[in-house]
Amino acid sequence: MRLSLQGVEVGYPAPSGAYLPALGPISFDVADDEFVCLVGPSGCGKSTLIRVLAGLLPPTAGTAYCGDELINRPLPQTAIMFQDTNLMPWRTVLDNIALPLEIVGATKTERFRIVRELLPQLNLEGFEFAYPAELSGGMAQRVALGRVILQQPRIWLLDEPFGALDALTREKLSLELLRLRGRSQQTIVLVTHDISEAVLLADRIIVISRRPGTLAADIDIDLPRPRSADMIYQPGFLRLAKQVRACIEDLRD
Amino acid sequence: MAKNESTRPDTARFIAHGTILRRLSPLATVLVLLLAWHWITDWRLVSRILIPPPAAVLEAFTQAMVDGTLARHTTTTLGEMMVGLLFGVSVGLAIGYAIAKAPLLEYILSPVIVGFQSTPIVAYAPLLIIIFGTGPSSKVVTTAVIVFFPTLVNTIVGIRGVSPRLRDLMRSLNAGRWQVLLKLELPSALPVLLAGLKTSTTLAVIGAVVGEFVGSGSGLGVLVISARSQYDTPLVYVTVLTMTAIALSLYSLVALVEWRVLDWQRRSA
Repeated sequence: MRLSLQGVEVGYPAPSGAYLPALGPISFDVADDEFVCLVGPSGCGKSTLIRVLAGLLPPTAGTAYCGDELINRPLPQTAIMFQDTNLMPWRTVLDNIALPLEIVGATKTERFRIVRELLPQLNLEGFEFAYPAELSGGMAQRVALGRVILQQPRIWLLDEPFGALDALTREKLSLELLRLRGRSQQTIVLVTHDISEAVLLADRIIVISRRPGTLAADIDIDLPRPRSADMIYQPGFLRLAKQVRACIEDLRD
Repeated sequence: MAKNESTRPDTARFIAHGTILRRLSPLATVLVLLLAWHWITDWRLVSRILIPPPAAVLEAFTQAMVDGTLARHTTTTLGEMMVGLLFGVSVGLAIGYAIAKAPLLEYILSPVIVGFQSTPIVAYAPLLIIIFGTGPSSKVVTTAVIVFFPTLVNTIVGIRGVSPRLRDLMRSLNAGRWQVLLKLELPSALPVLLAGLKTSTTLAVIGAVVGEFVGSGSGLGVLVISARSQYDTPLVYVTVLTMTAIALSLYSLVALVEWRVLDWQRRSA
């Protein structure tokens, strides 16, 4: 499913009453089944952009479309994964993953069956009844990933989902994400500040300028799929990573 | 894992962790106080009219149990308390929730709420007796009023403390208003709400008894006053201890519910 941003702008009123622009105007399209990474300096409005796409934040100006549908509320075909794991601390792993099913009214047995089937894929077998605080950072993030998978979204909006993890766990989870995606194609927009993560995962990288974020560069990543961790040492990969890095560095001054 | 660690008997482990000692120490305190009480009266350090010996209090207790006085008055007070708690907590929850959701309401209602809270209940209890009569309904009102405020404050704190990011999550899942209430707001605010309820249970005893002091036909508050006027000090003690027992049992009941319901908090600690 296609995403389309047309002149999207987000701003807030400052305490003084003046208008504080946070994002935009920015326009770009994400093609059906495309994996796009958004990179840019911190505070450039990447997360704001994801929130607009998720229908959680109405843009101050401009429009965002999902297919032919105007995004003016959270659409059922999209799912968002938040910056921290955003799990409910009072719910067990099983109940956290099953939350989307619970909202649409699935019975307890149904939920239990579906989550049980998913757990091996997430490497969470045996942790059904653990609470989030009892999990490691990587495990908690996989619970959040499970919650997104159960929504069966056509569009995945991932807001620095692995940002809080160590480099190795993060790389592992990123590749798991690609593997999970491999089975059924989905459109993915991922926000990250890690350049090699972006190059490793994306079909296309969109570099966003400093606040208020506008489109600074749009780079195609023509590396072959399936991608693997050892690709990061190949010349093609390094060339692209350098190019993205240069784009971001240009923005600093 | 070290072998001797796992083969050590459970009781030994508990003692090693100080659990048994910790559990038993409050009981030990009660025991010491009882003994001190006994000796003070036994050695006649204080007049027996001021402090009757524990045996005399026990005798008064049996007497009051046998002739049904204690049961009758306790039932009255307990009934007033429970109904008052129910009213006060329900209204506190409802208004607290509304205020948490609509901050403007806080400004509109604050003169009434702060005014009520700042006036000592003993001062306006006579007023409530005039309005609601000397029957149980006036005590229901004093109890409801006294438990209203902690419930209100805790509800506001609890609901406002709900993570905005989890609210976003519920919105992105297209959850309805009731689902947000039952699956997010209530469980998230529960620790604070239960803490408020614990405070409320002990306050409820005060509310009912203060109401009875001011004017009533029966109840533990009445029993205290009539026993005192007859210089029946042991019966005063029995009544006061009964109030303590009521407050303590209700408190423990809520604590038990808390312990069962907030399993996740213990395991997350």
